[in-house]
Amino acid sequence: MPASVADSDRIVAQFEVRYRQFLDEEGSPLAPLPDFCRDVDLMLSIYRGMHLARAFDAKCVNLQRTGRLGTFATSLGQEAIAVGVASAMRASDILVPSYREAGAQIWRGCRMEELLLYWGGDERGHAFADPAVTQDFPISITVANHALHAAGVAAAMKLKAEDRAAVCLFGDGATSKGDVYEAINVAGVWQLPLIFMIVNNQWAISTPLERQTAALTLAQKGIAGGLSVLQVDGNDVIAVRDAMMEALDAARRGAGASLIEGVTYRLNDHNTADDSSRYRNLEEVKARWRFCPLRRMRAFLESRAAWSEKRELAMQAEIASLIDSAADRYLATAPPLPDQMFAHTYARLPAGLMAQRVEALGRAHE
Amino acid sequence: MSELTLVQAVNLALRRALEDDPSVVVFGQDVGRHGGVFRATEGLQQHFGSRRVLDTPLAETMIGGLAIGMAAQGLKPVCEIQFLGFLYPVLDNLANHAARMRTRTQGRIACPMVLRVTHGGGVHAPEHHSESIESMIAHIPGLRVVIPSSPRKAYGLLLAAIRDPDPVVFLEPTRLYRLLKENVEDSGQSWPLDRCDVLKEGSDLTLVSWGAMLTEVMEAAGVLAERGISAEIVDLITLKPYDAETILRSVQKTGRCVIVHEAARTAGFGAEIAATLAEHAMTALLAPVERVTGYDVVMPLPRLEREYMPSVARILKACRRALAWK
Repeated sequence: MPASVADSDRIVAQFEVRYRQFLDEEGSPLAPLPDFCRDVDLMLSIYRGMHLARAFDAKCVNLQRTGRLGTFATSLGQEAIAVGVASAMRASDILVPSYREAGAQIWRGCRMEELLLYWGGDERGHAFADPAVTQDFPISITVANHALHAAGVAAAMKLKAEDRAAVCLFGDGATSKGDVYEAINVAGVWQLPLIFMIVNNQWAISTPLERQTAALTLAQKGIAGGLSVLQVDGNDVIAVRDAMMEALDAARRGAGASLIEGVTYRLNDHNTADDSSRYRNLEEVKARWRFCPLRRMRAFLESRAAWSEKRELAMQAEIASLIDSAADRYLATAPPLPDQMFAHTYARLPAGLMAQRVEALGRAHE
Repeated sequence: MSELTLVQAVNLALRRALEDDPSVVVFGQDVGRHGGVFRATEGLQQHFGSRRVLDTPLAETMIGGLAIGMAAQGLKPVCEIQFLGFLYPVLDNLANHAARMRTRTQGRIACPMVLRVTHGGGVHAPEHHSESIESMIAHIPGLRVVIPSSPRKAYGLLLAAIRDPDPVVFLEPTRLYRLLKENVEDSGQSWPLDRCDVLKEGSDLTLVSWGAMLTEVMEAAGVLAERGISAEIVDLITLKPYDAETILRSVQKTGRCVIVHEAARTAGFGAEIAATLAEHAMTALLAPVERVTGYDVVMPLPRLEREYMPSVARILKACRRALAWK
């Protein structure tokens, strides 16, 4: 509202932001559930996907703490967004992730040993062998640049009149950057088959949301660019998946781009080099565990008699053994040869660089 | 074959690329309906339609970012940034992503894109319109930096840049856009990248330059010739990765080298060439390597730009210094 209202002022536009949630934190439905919830196998595999994401995350932290992995950005508490997003996508869609979406990447076909290899400091981890993900983007360490890459991917899909969409995830901090505004703007004006998922985990390293923006919601930033927007409970995997399916369907129908704000919480430090007790209260974090996306999904499955303690334990054991063998494969990967630095700088090695390569290889044998 | 200006040759190359390769997409600010602020894309949207030639919103960072995403999906983005001073926001995407996507994904995703940008001063343009920051771009591993010096080269090099599998920053010397005409055949023939062109053979000293500055260099060589001094002129063409071999061969023959560029001196590309000569041609050098460059000052507004840019007189002075060593 302006500071004063003149008699001649007219309202020329009004906007609203809606919030979607199906399950409360105890796993009880708040509203009639989407149809896909009747597919018990799907519900179970979504639950498993979230568990896998969490266990993989814990393994990465463990490997880092024991000196066997580099700095790692954890995603504890954000599993519902990763799996809700990925489970709604088709293989032919393109994922353009940030660095906290291992759950989505694994769901789509990235191998855990590949992600470990990348975080272990080796570009080969981004080579993605599975044909289902050969066109997916690598992890983006820079914040927000990739929103524009996703717009470019979606523009290519649109120009080629393909029945596909691009999905880009970034955090609350990224919404302060110009790249995101430019991406929202072009997505709107070009009606791109593109979905932005803002993973609002309340913290950008040490900066809390209220220091990041004065906007009431992050979803409303999409309204400025003419996108369809929605805020969802990012810890309710049913809400995330439902919102994504709707947005993907709109994108494929040519109805344009969407922006979804998933409201979640980063339960761990920013990354393994961070100590969040320096800037946030442990009590705050403790209180947030009540909204844990896995806990709520388990309660929901149990209420449908689709789950038991026995099955839970069996699933955890199965996941642990998968992760352990992926970690073994990662740890058994021989370090790259110096040649790897030169191999892909250009499609063909230029003459000047060839001399430097010889120098590097010579040094390796000294 | 027809007589074309450099900007017309650029247009012809774009036309040819759009015709030959359905994956080529031309986009940027005002490139469609308007035909570009310099008319480099004139008539292209009318001919190829708005799915091949697209006007974008006004956002340079976005143009660079879109190109990366499109290239990753198999298109050949050829985009225009109107002036080099407006390239700075794109450097983020160029350095952090376009130039390293191939390495980051070990060859799984590449960024074959061309960013066309005008280069240099001398056209009485407003602030930020007359920059020459080629060495800043050339410092980035994984990029190609190319600058033509004639209409025929502009045609062939732009085609080569578009066909190249790696990202190319294609600098178009604004001062040359309409300065001279040349017969340009629409043969679809590309001009080789990563190779210098010896514009004129000579035996007494080597002049190395690129882009619009070659105009003054040629003139200076003419003056020297009248005095019986034979200068060899090397057009660098590709700054990254650059063809040191041709320059070394020339200097090994002449023993003297004068490098001329419009960009500021410190860490300008002339420094790289001088270092290469020091490393590999020390024994052939008969005189210290000379650099005639812009000064280490902010590019002045038009009233002083001629004072800033290397003149024929400054080039001749440097040649005299180099020739004075016996």
